[in-house]
Amino acid sequence: MPAIKLANAPQPASTNPAQIRNFGIIAHIDHGKSTLADRMLGITEVVEQRNMRAQYLDRMDIERERGITIKSQAVRLPWRSGIDGQEYILNMIDTPGHVDFTYEVSRSLAACEGAVLLVDCAQGIEAQTLANLYLAMENNLTIIPVLNKIDLPAAQPEKFAEELAKLIGCQPEDCLRVSGKTGEGVSELLDQIVKQIPPPVGDANAPARALIFDSVYDTYRGVVTYVRVIDGHLTTRDQIQMFSTGVRHEMLEVGVISPEPVASKGLGVGEVGYVITGVKDVRQSRVGDTITTYHNPTKVALAGYKDPKPMVFSGLFPLDGADYPLLREALDKLQLNDAALVYEPETSAALGFGFRCGFLGLLHMEIVRERLEREAGLSLISTAPSVVYRVVRGDGKELIVTNPSEFPGDKIEAVFEPIVRATVLAPAEFIGSIMELCQERRGNLLGMEYLSEDRVEIRYTLPLAEIVFDFFDQLKSKTKGYASLDYEPIGEEEGDLVKVDILLQSEGVDAFSAIVHRDKAYAYGVMMTSKLRELIPRQQFEVPIQAAIGSRIIARESIRAIRKDVLAKCYGGDISRKRKLLEKQKEGKKRMKMVGRVEVPQEAFIAALTTDADIDKAKAKAKG
Amino acid sequence: MTRPLSFYIHIPYCLKRCGYCDFNTYTPGELKAGSDIAQVSNGYIDLLIAESKVARSEIDSNSPIPTIFFGGGTPTLMEPADLGRVLNSLESDFGFAEDIEITIEANPDTVSKAKLAALVAAGINRVSFGMQSAAPHVLAVLDRTHSPENVTKATNWAHEVGFEQISVDLIYGTPSESISDWEQTIDSALELPINHISAYALIVESGTKLAAQVKRGEILIPDDDQTADKYLLADEKFSKAGLNWYELSNWAKGGGECRHNIAYWKGENWWGLGPGAHSHIDGKRFWNVKHPNAYRERIAGNISPIMESEILTDIQKESERVMLEIRLKYGISKSSLSAESISNLTSYVAGGQISQDLWSAGRVALTLSGRLMADRIVREILL
Repeated sequence: MPAIKLANAPQPASTNPAQIRNFGIIAHIDHGKSTLADRMLGITEVVEQRNMRAQYLDRMDIERERGITIKSQAVRLPWRSGIDGQEYILNMIDTPGHVDFTYEVSRSLAACEGAVLLVDCAQGIEAQTLANLYLAMENNLTIIPVLNKIDLPAAQPEKFAEELAKLIGCQPEDCLRVSGKTGEGVSELLDQIVKQIPPPVGDANAPARALIFDSVYDTYRGVVTYVRVIDGHLTTRDQIQMFSTGVRHEMLEVGVISPEPVASKGLGVGEVGYVITGVKDVRQSRVGDTITTYHNPTKVALAGYKDPKPMVFSGLFPLDGADYPLLREALDKLQLNDAALVYEPETSAALGFGFRCGFLGLLHMEIVRERLEREAGLSLISTAPSVVYRVVRGDGKELIVTNPSEFPGDKIEAVFEPIVRATVLAPAEFIGSIMELCQERRGNLLGMEYLSEDRVEIRYTLPLAEIVFDFFDQLKSKTKGYASLDYEPIGEEEGDLVKVDILLQSEGVDAFSAIVHRDKAYAYGVMMTSKLRELIPRQQFEVPIQAAIGSRIIARESIRAIRKDVLAKCYGGDISRKRKLLEKQKEGKKRMKMVGRVEVPQEAFIAALTTDADIDKAKAKAKG
Repeated sequence: MTRPLSFYIHIPYCLKRCGYCDFNTYTPGELKAGSDIAQVSNGYIDLLIAESKVARSEIDSNSPIPTIFFGGGTPTLMEPADLGRVLNSLESDFGFAEDIEITIEANPDTVSKAKLAALVAAGINRVSFGMQSAAPHVLAVLDRTHSPENVTKATNWAHEVGFEQISVDLIYGTPSESISDWEQTIDSALELPINHISAYALIVESGTKLAAQVKRGEILIPDDDQTADKYLLADEKFSKAGLNWYELSNWAKGGGECRHNIAYWKGENWWGLGPGAHSHIDGKRFWNVKHPNAYRERIAGNISPIMESEILTDIQKESERVMLEIRLKYGISKSSLSAESISNLTSYVAGGQISQDLWSAGRVALTLSGRLMADRIVREILL
């Protein structure tokens, strides 16, 4: 019986590092990581059968529904090796699985000595998994390749074993085969983790150094910080200090997750657990920072600490202007748990009061928006996402622009835009359409490699701005959903960029302005003007809609004046019905935003700022 | 209280339901499988009389009745003598004004000369025929059963038996109706011996057969601009023929205005008898249960047939006043409006939708193009 009763297992703060194995699981969305984790909790008996539920470790509804992990978790699993019969402590550090959270992933991996590379053997490896694999290899982690879902009829373990072997330089037969669903091969996997992954090494007598790899806000306890102790030890008697800020905190509690939090006397070298200090905001306990003790502080921080930098900006506006205070409250609350989210008030002539928000990437943006809508019950309009531009003025002064409305109208010497290196993995049959899409989006081909006979890795540099607007949706639709995408920022390049303004009756509508490449300005102008012509109802007068670069008009449409707005019928004395109809029309009028003299329905803003893919998604959601 | 009380009398029966109609009407088969009109309407007149007694006991008006209107449904499906019984009862309970106007809606298919004569004998002095269109393919889209020739016959008979007030109802903007179809309809109507025309733009009401056809894409709704053109054409031709507009959808030769309809627009008091009929008494609106069977049960069981009522707030009263009176030729007085409402309207005066002359004379009255924008102007006034 390889499971060990928790009470009899080696205890926190007194576990010999040689008995510890710290590992992460690298996997793509829906490759079965959560199910495998569930199985590990079951087999090691840290969760009793009757308390088990699916995706035990995913805490948020959003995580369960989307099958993604936004925040990491660390679970302490006692295990008696089936190979040598000895007792071990396995710390499973669950890592977020998305490109937007690459930095968090890298810190989670830095807390481990090894990683399980988990690949669905019906689908093969995906771009983001590959990126995380490279990250693990850079951190010198021992990689255990594992093919999951071997119970599936469509499983092709031989094919994907070859693919994995080629990627990490092992033999195909070194790949373990498991089924998270049936539990097959999971005990063997735990044994191999013990056997292959080296134990942590650290100096127990040195000043304490612990790596923060995650930080979570809890309504009752404040911020819970997840740490991996590198040197020394942390105990409840300590006062701790954040290396980056020098701020001192009382240690209220220290403990391990198993998989519910259990307080302990402390954490020793190589151990993974949590600390609670009474801090109320995750920004005071940042991922990647080093915790040391106040009375015996270390002089050397752990490497790799970075401040998260927002890459994508968008305006968020409440549909109902009266909800503005609620939106502020909801953002404040979300920020307690999301150090990467930044925002400041923004006023739009068209959309009213809202916030300009910065995100790590598109998924991060979507998640924030969804959480605001779901958890705070808000209805929001978000403006088209924008990246960070560096504008050099004629006088040599520089301007950082994250909002098209701040883009100067004249005297621009040069504009620099962020560039990313993008990796696309897809079946070889889609090479043509992928290259076409990347070319359209101003991409430069860096290289292409066959991962196996029929799967390729295509690498491009692309302006980030080209990716933030529906690139992923396009990629998916052009490859029947098979392609996967990963990207990382690699710097900036000068671009021939212009701001396109949209004018209604010669009056600019700030929410519709966009910074685009000069070659695409015309297409953007035509798209927006014709879309608005459909969306804006006819007015008392003719309304010209124009797209302009500066004072030059590049596209125009017009909405003819309305001639008839009357219902002549009288419903046989049913005046109440007619009055109610009028009251409804009056409500409709109230929901109109005035742009100059033009009444624009809220729906027109939403529809104009929405891509077709968004509409499809919304429909799918409504159906689902 | 001495405000005069008008009566609306609902006859909720039709031999066949038209595809565009969402009025409260039923075919005999819908009410009772296999039955005919005589069976389902049997005793209906007694129910109306019973309800009128309730009205008598609740209203302390001593003014005689100024107008009565038989609507439907198809009122001409009833025996003229039966209709006469209701009128006799009302006359003895309330009294009739000397110049009382008593209108009946008529289907050109369900009248004969003899029947029209009998209606005159029963005391009815105004008849409104559902002509709708002179184009057979348009009538087919509307699901109407009559042929255009029947309208000519029926109006002539009405004239011959002594009706002095004769009106036709027209519908424009029906799918498949061309401008020349509509012009032909106007011309045909103007050849009839009539002194009043109501012309309504077709509204596709949800729940009708027509709405379902539109939703399935079988029928295409004509665009608003064409419908606007048809209104302008109608007004031009009617005016030339001496029929002048006095309400958005109504034109009459001098003295031929329908006073019952004007009572609606002016917020007068009226009592609606019959299932689904609406009443308005001094700022209170109420309406009866809709289904004829439910109505029958209520009246027979001595239970009030009123399904719902509302007492209008001052704001609602004002909304209704503006919404209804703006439809009339002389509109509403400027002095009854707020400064903000008046300022909202200046662009419509400048744009020619509100009459400049009447504006200077202190009234908000719609011009020809303004009539087509009446709802929008109402929204500007009510903010």
